[in-house]
Amino acid sequence: MRVSVDTHRCCGSGQCVLAVPDVFDQREEDGIVRLLEQRPPAELHAEVRTAATVCPSGAIEVHEA
Amino acid sequence: MTTAHPIAPPNFPAPRGACPFAPPPAYEQARREQPVSRVTLWDGSQCWLVTRHADVRSVLRDQRFSADARHPGFPFVTDGRRALANESTSFIRLDDPEHARLRRMLTADFMIKKTEALRPRIQRIVDDFLDRMVAHGAPADLVSEFALPIPSLVICLLLGVDYGDHGYFQERSRVLLHNHSTADEVRQAREELTEYLGRLAEAKRREPDDGIISRLVARGELTDEEVAATCLLLLVAGHETTANMTSLSTLALLRDPAQLARLRAEPALIKPAVEEMLRFLSIVHSGLPRVATEDVQVGGETIRAGEGVLCMISVANRDEEVFEGADRLDIGRESRRHVAFGFGVHQCLGQPLARVELQIAVETLFRRLPKLRLAIPYEDIRFRTEMAIYGVHELPVTW
Ligand code: HEM
Ligand code: SF4
Repeated sequence: MRVSVDTHRCCGSGQCVLAVPDVFDQREEDGIVRLLEQRPPAELHAEVRTAATVCPSGAIEVHEA
Repeated sequence: MTTAHPIAPPNFPAPRGACPFAPPPAYEQARREQPVSRVTLWDGSQCWLVTRHADVRSVLRDQRFSADARHPGFPFVTDGRRALANESTSFIRLDDPEHARLRRMLTADFMIKKTEALRPRIQRIVDDFLDRMVAHGAPADLVSEFALPIPSLVICLLLGVDYGDHGYFQERSRVLLHNHSTADEVRQAREELTEYLGRLAEAKRREPDDGIISRLVARGELTDEEVAATCLLLLVAGHETTANMTSLSTLALLRDPAQLARLRAEPALIKPAVEEMLRFLSIVHSGLPRVATEDVQVGGETIRAGEGVLCMISVANRDEEVFEGADRLDIGRESRRHVAFGFGVHQCLGQPLARVELQIAVETLFRRLPKLRLAIPYEDIRFRTEMAIYGVHELPVTW
């Protein structure tokens, strides 16, 4: 699995950080998403998918493979 | 074939049914049978009602639907709401890129790390108000002594507003959020609040503190009026919502002893429990208004440019396709897909704060008052059907 985020789309809701704090963070200066892990380990995959589903702005893309 | 519709679509809002926690049965039926349907508003105008979870999400995330109330065709659910929108320019009623520019001045203040760091402070505030309520003695009104003062004090601290003035802005927020307020009443309340916050912005320019108002002023990118409009949004959105969620959650748990026992036995359930109550109670009950700027297909219907839409998040949150046994409160279920905070770029800015406040308030209340119960018959409780934010007017309790 490979994850990418679009910081222009992100509205800083923090949903992804609540779901998987090991993969997503927010920038200190403006609360916009910061990706910590482009290739999260298998045990986090389910939660990363949840993060992409609950992200309100469609800023998280999950490439399976 | 052209069919004239002799009968006007049903009036909005439809009445609630027997269960005060559930959305109007007519809308539950609409979600199953005609998920995108027409309704008639108070002024005789018509708009679309979107009720399914998937459709609500797609409308709220679609840039072709505008949240800018200055577009003709924008649906207003009351006269007061129209008066408010015509004058107010806060970012909840603006589209990107203007919306994003203003919202991004505040996203750092409400990010997860910041609100999590507030936990000890919020815990102290919750304990203090509970101490005071207990000291006054039972019975007490949980709304005015506990549920309302907590978020009110917290948002004052964050903004840098004197909590001593809470009577002033709570009264006026009430007018803004009352469905029966006239346009003039709304205009006056808004004017007074804007003036109050404008004066405050001026004062913070001379004597800054570490609150949000001072920081907005210090950026030098906004006029005092824009600062006032933004802070008005935070002040109003920041206390009535959390307050009503706190009291309505308390009532829902008192009415469901099995769920309450489960929460008491397993305090770690507080986080999913709060998500589930946000879903189940969906206090923003009159629909999120948007207007189409192009023709858009939604759930098999064509919504034309210039037509209004109400996204019924309360009805979407009971969608059986997403939440099995949706009419049951189940504090252990996976309910994170709820849309109680909205969806799309306008999704609630204050949600991390609201979550922390709710988790602490509900957990503390039931832990410290194990015998908490209603002090009046359940049948006598007055629900806020006529307010923009649903809940109870008062909640007399004893312990
Ligand atoms: C349980 C409590 C709360 C609920 C259920 C709630 C619900 C909502 C909903 C549904 C929206 C979306 C409106 C729309 O799209 O038209 C919203 C937006 C907003 N909320 Fe909340 N809210 C809560 C607490 C708070 C708090 C504590 C604050 C601030 C401190 C806050 C500030 C805002 C702001 C500023 C917006 C506008 C965001 C934007 O347009 O980008 N809310 N809220
Ligand atoms: S969930 Fe989406 S919008 Fe919210 S912070 Fe994460 S990437 Fe941004």
